[in-house]
Amino acid sequence: MLELFDGPVPVEETLARWYQEEAQSNYGAFIPFVGTIREEDGISGLSFDIYEPILNSWYEAWVLKAKEAGAIIKMAHSRGDVPLHESSYIAAIFSPKRRVALEMIDEFVEDFKASAPIWKYDLKDGQRIYAKDRSTAINGAGLLGGKA
Amino acid sequence: MITIEFLGPIQKEKITLEASTLNDVAEHLNKDAELKTWIETCAVAVNDVMVMDLNTSLKSGDRVSLLPPVCGG
Repeated sequence: MLELFDGPVPVEETLARWYQEEAQSNYGAFIPFVGTIREEDGISGLSFDIYEPILNSWYEAWVLKAKEAGAIIKMAHSRGDVPLHESSYIAAIFSPKRRVALEMIDEFVEDFKASAPIWKYDLKDGQRIYAKDRSTAINGAGLLGGKA
Repeated sequence: MITIEFLGPIQKEKITLEASTLNDVAEHLNKDAELKTWIETCAVAVNDVMVMDLNTSLKSGDRVSLLPPVCGG
């Protein structure tokens, strides 16, 4: 299930709920990844734009991939502003045995970083500044410039 | 007519255009000096499906989206 929140992701509530949802599902492994906003370069927080139609199709492809491996994925992400020391992202894999979940959480989070249509902005001195240097061009970028 | 929309940090209103392939879109957008730097790093979707081919054909009502570099999480 893909969950989007306006502002910080409620980490404790979400993790507890996910745990409860699958408590009787016979998964031996539950591996969450929680992303928290760090104090860095004088920012007061981060802010996010999301393009939901493509995020949803990207996520659905991962749900199918997980299913083929006998696993399930859950993900939560923030829209808009998230202050320091709050969390903007949780991903989790449940699988019968640990190895599938350990490997899939790594692959999923890396692909998320490279492909999910989410844009990050630093909140600094009252401005919202696109985190261009920390962003990754999506596979196939530059098509219209003839560089793909 | 097709519509071109600019996602995320590209501060630009959507535009409409007569185009039969993505090549036509590329030709049009490359004339815009302000967009040129974005174009080099943007991925492209047609009707919310990512595309990799400039020869992708377009029909009236299609929506072309430019997706700049991403950084979720």
